Parts: sequence; C-alpha cells; structure tokens
Amino acid sequence: MEKAVETKQLTKNYGAFTAVDSLDLGIGRGEVFGLLGPNGAGKTTTILMLLGLTEPTSGSASVLGMDPVSEPLRVKRATGYLPEDVEFYEDLTARENLFYLADLNGIRGRKARETVEEALEKVELTRVIDSPVGTFSKGMRQRLGLASVLLKEPSLAILDEPTTGIDPEGVEKMLALIRGLAKDSGVTVMLCSHMLYQVQKVCDRVGIMFRSSMIASGTIEEIGKMILGDRRKTIKVVSQEGTLPDKEQLSAIEGLSGFRKSGGALVADFEETRQKEIIRDILEKGYLPMEVRGEEYSLEEIYMRYFQEV
Amino acid sequence: MKGVWAVFRKEMADHLGSRRFAVIATIVVLASLAASLAAVESPAVSEMDREFLFLSLLTESGGAIPSFLYFITFLAPLLGIILGFDAINAERQRGTLSLLVSQPIYRDSVINGKFMAALATAAIVTSAILVLIGGVSISKLGIVPQGAEIARTALFFVASMLYIGFWLSLSILFSVLFDKTSTSALAALGVWIVLGFFLHMIAGIVADQVVPVGSNSAPQEIIRHEELRIAIMRVSPAYLLQEVSLAVLNPAVRIMGPLSPERLQGFIPSPLSLPQSLMVIWPQLTVLAALSIVCFGVSYVVFMRREIRS
Repeated sequence: MEKAVETKQLTKNYGAFTAVDSLDLGIGRGEVFGLLGPNGAGKTTTILMLLGLTEPTSGSASVLGMDPVSEPLRVKRATGYLPEDVEFYEDLTARENLFYLADLNGIRGRKARETVEEALEKVELTRVIDSPVGTFSKGMRQRLGLASVLLKEPSLAILDEPTTGIDPEGVEKMLALIRGLAKDSGVTVMLCSHMLYQVQKVCDRVGIMFRSSMIASGTIEEIGKMILGDRRKTIKVVSQEGTLPDKEQLSAIEGLSGFRKSGGALVADFEETRQKEIIRDILEKGYLPMEVRGEEYSLEEIYMRYFQEV
Repeated sequence: MKGVWAVFRKEMADHLGSRRFAVIATIVVLASLAASLAAVESPAVSEMDREFLFLSLLTESGGAIPSFLYFITFLAPLLGIILGFDAINAERQRGTLSLLVSQPIYRDSVINGKFMAALATAAIVTSAILVLIGGVSISKLGIVPQGAEIARTALFFVASMLYIGFWLSLSILFSVLFDKTSTSALAALGVWIVLGFFLHMIAGIVADQVVPVGSNSAPQEIIRHEELRIAIMRVSPAYLLQEVSLAVLNPAVRIMGPLSPERLQGFIPSPLSLPQSLMVIWPQLTVLAALSIVCFGVSYVVFMRREIRS
C-alpha cells in the first residue's frame, strides 16, 4: 500500500544546527500516527518540511504521493494542518474565520456555507457560530482549529499539540473527534504531542524523536519491548489489618520473587504462568492481592526510561 | 496569484470596517473639503478670469487654510502608514500567519493581497474626495469640470496613488522587518517626519554650506545653490508629488527649478497640453513609481525568505 507520508533521509540544517537529522518516516494510509518527543526535538520542523513551508537541506519527503517542495499547493490543499497554539482573527466570528479559510481553499458560495456549518457542527460549536473568536476559551479555539481542518475534507490531518492547555473534558472531546476523523472519514492522522497518555489512547503507531533523530518507531508494544525489555509482572500484597505482610511467609509461595516495600504493602514480581495459583495462595495466607499490573506497556514509562538512559 | 483575491477581500473588509481607518478617512475628507471651500474665496480663483478654475481649487489656498494639495502631501502618508504598518507583523504576533501560510495559496498572495487591498482602500478615499471637490466646484463656482480638467485630475489621482503606494510599501516593509507593530509604526512615522518636515531644513543647510550665497552673489551662484537644494529635496516623495501636481494641475508650469531670464526668452504664455505637462514631470513620476517598487520589492523578498513557525 502506498504510504500517506514517507520521508527518506530528510535533513534540515539551520546554519551549524541540525534540526532534523536523516529522518526516515513512514505513515500508512488511514493510520493514526503519534510523533512524540520533548520540545525542540524537531517535530515542528518536520511538519514544516512535509507541508512545503520550509525546504529540506537534503533528503526527500512525499506526502500523499506528492513532493512538498515542487507542489506545495497541492500538498496543502489535501492536508489539514492545525498549528500548535492555533490562533484565529479575534474580531471575526467563528463563521467568518472559517469562511475566510474556505475562500483560501477555493471553497466558495453555497458549498462554503454548507461545509462551514457542517464543520462547526461536528466540533459542537454551532451555538457560538456567530460569536467573535476573541470570546472563545482555549478549548473552543482548538476545536475551531479542528473545524478548519475538517473544512477542507483532507486526506491527511497534521495536528500539532492539539490538546495542550485545555481542560480534561475538552481533551476528551478533542480526542474523540480525532478518533472519529480517522475511523469515520478514513483520514490519515499525524499527531504531534508530548501528552503521552493521550497519544497512547488514540494512536496506532508512534515514533519518538529526540535531538533531531527518530530513535524508535512502531506500535507501543514494540517500542516497549525494545526499550524496557520483556515485561515483569508485579503484584501488590497488603494485610487486612493494615500492617506490613510478612515477607518470609510470602516467599514460600512458588513463583513470587524480588520483594520490596511500597508504603504499607509489599510488592513482588511473579511468574505469569502461575498467576491464578499465586493469587489463591496469597489469599490462603490471609493477605489480599491488591494490584496485578504489567499487562500493557505505558508510553510514559517507555519515555521516562528512555530519557533517563540518555 | 492563487488566493490573492481571498486575501484581498478579507483585508478590504477589515480596512473598511476598522476604526482607525474611519478616523484617518474622516480627517482627510474634512481637511480636503475645508481646503477646497477656502480656495473658492482665494484671490487666484475669484479675481482671475483664467481657464482651469476647477484645478485651481486643488492647488490654491485661501485664508488660513492650506491648499488641498498641501493636505494631500501631508496626510496621505499617514493614510498609507495606517493601512500598512501592521500588515505582516500583527498576523505574526497573533499567530494567524502560520494558519494563513499553511493554506493552499502562494505565499506572495498574502503580501500582494494586502498591498492591493490597502491601495484600493486609499483609492476609494482619494477618488471620493476628488468627486466631492467636483461638487464644491459645481455648487460654489458653477463650473462643471470637463475634458482636460478631468484628464488632469485623473493624472493627479494616479500620481497620488503612486505617492500613497510608496508610503504603503514602506510601512509594509517595516511590518516585515520588525516583529513589533509599535516598532514598525514608529519607524514609518519617523521616516514621514524626516522626509516631510526636516528635509527642507537639511537641504537648506547643506546648500548653504556647499554654495554659500549672500545678497551680492552672482546669479550663477544663486542658481547652483537652488539646484543643489532642490536636488536634495527630491529625495522626498512629498516634494516629488508637489512638483508633479503643480505641473499636472497648473498647465502654465513648464520648467521645474530655478529660472533665469534667458531661459524665459521666447516663452509663449499659453497653457501646455496634457502630454506636454506629462513630459515636464515624467522623471518625477518615474522616481515616485521606482521608490514604491523598491520598497515593495525588498519587503517581498524578505517575506518570501523568512520561515514562519507557529
């Protein structure tokens, strides 16, 4: 299958500084791809190159089969881009702002009216359609930004930090909209963020950028295995009385090892194959197994671990 | 040119709806009306039985109120500066510029559309004023401007558009160069004050130093002094516009600069035809156009090369 986004050895230098270094990136059509990395890792520069807003120093990029350097207009017509901290014209209403963007995209007349209203409906801003954007909250602005992406019916949506600075409820709404964009409309989504938990929730695959290079990419499972190694499962044991469980007693149970204290509880690693027996044995000894963890890799752990090592 | 009309429409609507435009337009219109009404009473208009009375409404001053021409040279730069000083940096500051350039339009459409919209706005104001003065002429003098007068007024209109175009491109240049709108406004106003008010002092001082003249200097000396002074004055577009307007609006004018009795020999004191007047001030018109083109060209190049990050 043809990739929606593909870069080969994409490099951008600003003088002596290399912002993006030999980046190889591939995003399949219909995929939700999360591009992660701390600030200054080169995420935004990568996006600018994908949109033809800045020229790569070397290497090549292909977006929806087009070259952003030679046909930036076609790329920008097919790609919806939500810049980080998107801003609109404060004194214009939501509708007027979107009309302007529609006009810039060559959508005019009745078609413009319909698409604008439809887009605002999708992001649930119909109620404030004729209010000046100056009165909007941060979350509403981000949703308006998403509407400006929906408006042009893109094949690829590039969202740069779409959830920064909005309240938890707004974040949920935003994530649901992004998921809907990919699932219902079949749009390829490239999501840049350092909000790891959110990325984990919506992305099929992620890539981690650090100091201008892509250091890992794949599903969260794959990256987790690569960086954290095979996962040990842990179990937390407490006593009913609230006292610290007796380590001697517990170590008699087969398959439990590596005991350590955690508050008023004991944490131990356990063998996955004996999970049922271990839990039963703990109960028999008069203790309670509280948390059995380690089913999934958490992006946060991967991330923290990686940057600790670096 | 893709997108330039969308930008044009939006900017035009912004200008016409903005408060600062309303203020400067009101001032310009009132000043011009007052000047032309006062000119009706001026000796040149009421006593002379000359041709082209309508045109003298534009150049003559009556009583304490300066001429319309003076007001235009004085206020038109302000109009240009107000329409252009924050064209680019305001959008950069608000963060809307990255949204704008990620739309499928050529980047020069942004700056071209803004320039055209501002110039069109200025053209509307200027032509409205000229029509109003036509009304003054009809009601106060009973003279309907026609034929040659309309042609000369049209030429004057073109010259003042070149003049406003210069101030507009200068202020757009500053809005590209400086990131703060206050800096670009002050820079443009500074240039306006130097060229409009201080230059004739500077020209006088320089000429006095280089070619000192006294009451008993030879005529050749005095002419050299004057020519040097005028050469320096011609750096200012305001002076160029005044020369152009004098020749265009007063068909009797045939030579710019100091006149010696020898050069006046053989003059037939009849008005020049329009093409002949045009030839008299062709260099000035060319320089006016060139100044605007240089300013706009520089801002164009700088804007096209600058990277726009969110």
